[in-house]
Amino acid sequence: MALPMFAPGDDPGPDFAALLRLASPQALPEASPPAGGAGRAPELQLRHATTVVALRFADGVVMAGDRRATEGNFIAHRAMEKVFPADRHSAVAIAGAAGPAVEMVKLFQTQLEHYEKVEGVALSLEGKANQLGQMVREHLPMAFQGLAVVPLFAGYDLRRATGRIFTYDVTGGHYEEADHAATGSGGRDARTTIKLGWHPDLSAAAAVELAVTALYNAADEDSATGGPDVVRGIYPVVATVTAAGYERVAEDEVAARFAEVVARGIGGRRS
Amino acid sequence: MTMPFYVAPEQVMKDRAEYAQKGIARGRSLVATTYAEGILIVAENPSRSLHKVSEIYDRIAFAGVGKYNEFDQLRVAGVRHADTKGFAFSREDVDARSLANLYAQFLGNVFTHEMKPLEVEILVAELGWNGRPDQLYHVAYEGTITDEDRFAVLGGDAESLATRFGEAFSQGWSLSEALAACVRTLAGPDRRLGADDLEVAVLSRGEERRAFRRVNGAELAGLLRAQEEGEAGGQPAGEPSPEDAGGPPGGTPPEDTGGPGGGDSAGS
Repeated sequence: MALPMFAPGDDPGPDFAALLRLASPQALPEASPPAGGAGRAPELQLRHATTVVALRFADGVVMAGDRRATEGNFIAHRAMEKVFPADRHSAVAIAGAAGPAVEMVKLFQTQLEHYEKVEGVALSLEGKANQLGQMVREHLPMAFQGLAVVPLFAGYDLRRATGRIFTYDVTGGHYEEADHAATGSGGRDARTTIKLGWHPDLSAAAAVELAVTALYNAADEDSATGGPDVVRGIYPVVATVTAAGYERVAEDEVAARFAEVVARGIGGRRS
Repeated sequence: MTMPFYVAPEQVMKDRAEYAQKGIARGRSLVATTYAEGILIVAENPSRSLHKVSEIYDRIAFAGVGKYNEFDQLRVAGVRHADTKGFAFSREDVDARSLANLYAQFLGNVFTHEMKPLEVEILVAELGWNGRPDQLYHVAYEGTITDEDRFAVLGGDAESLATRFGEAFSQGWSLSEALAACVRTLAGPDRRLGADDLEVAVLSRGEERRAFRRVNGAELAGLLRAQEEGEAGGQPAGEPSPEDAGGPPGGTPPEDTGGPGGGDSAGS
């Protein structure tokens, strides 16, 4: 590896993806389908990640995702993580084809940090959401091949002092959500739960509980969403983003919330 | 047709070295030292936005003296190298040694092949981990690379500053002690430097993945004030003042660290 120096004309600036294209193109995630392959063979089973939710509360946002990854009708992974810190003040969650999604998150994380280091200041939250949108759009040819990646982005806007949530579609379009959002196969069920329980002054604890309940209900209805796995001790990944930054909620706290949810008899427990 | 005059290669090199040295000596100096919880880098820099000290990667910091546009270009190249490497391989695979070697190669190349050598001296600092010690790589304008594990002084009258700083240095000192010694070294006997004249950053051992942190504003003023008050109101119990740190058992004799080619340096 040589020191990456560029003439002023081809300097990629703070854009990490552009830098990779120049300096080490083989490391860049595939943006178009492999040559010659007109369509994906229908029998090819790929890992899919499922339900993720985000909701605003008084001090910021909560983001949560179940842990199941599926390959067709099989469970491919029981402890997959779908919620990631994007940088200090934002989080990204993924639904869709697991491989490209995780790669996209890695590129996104590096991009945000790269920009911050090269420019000396972090991007605005809007700027980060835009960046992610561009990455999703570049991925569009792959989406046509059945490898769609649909992220969910949320963060704390330091300039406006509020939590904000952005949803995406496969074309890279991004839309700001007012209060809450959910995506993935169990997204509908999760959304319904959040809609019923949400109000603007939720405390952090209440918001975490609502997110966890939403995932529980989604897992109840959707086979591709994993519920709490008490036997193996696997619980959803839950994180909060506030003015203090990204913080993952400890696993035992999530377990305790689940225990409360179950104790209250959600989902029509017979007893 | 005009024939170029023959100039002996020794003379060419000497002229270039002189040119670069002059440029570097004109600038203000910078001191980096290890302390109890990491590495402290202090530069004399009245600007709040044009930084001399910056973050390269999780545990690596960059500092430069000399011409701003030249070392800033090197800084950006370092960030690019580190991020590309960390992305292609793993975050653990990014290390200061290979980056410092790349800088040395680049500077050496420019020094011998280009019209004008770069008028910069740079420092690549890496916080030790997994049993590896803290490391300071000092790369000079012509590509000489020196590695230090205690402190380094760059720019200005580096040699005499290094001697002065070496007398004050003590292994494992606190942040405020180290900062006070750095400020005293940079200021010299006749000047006083306040928080507004300094750029201070640390690589600190802690929970955070990114160890680099700028020390500024109220925190910097507080650290400077605490040390001054401690000195004015007599020594706080159990804490030796850096003034007499040259003598105590922890102190080590001054070492030639400023000049390129000194110590355990490897030529380019």
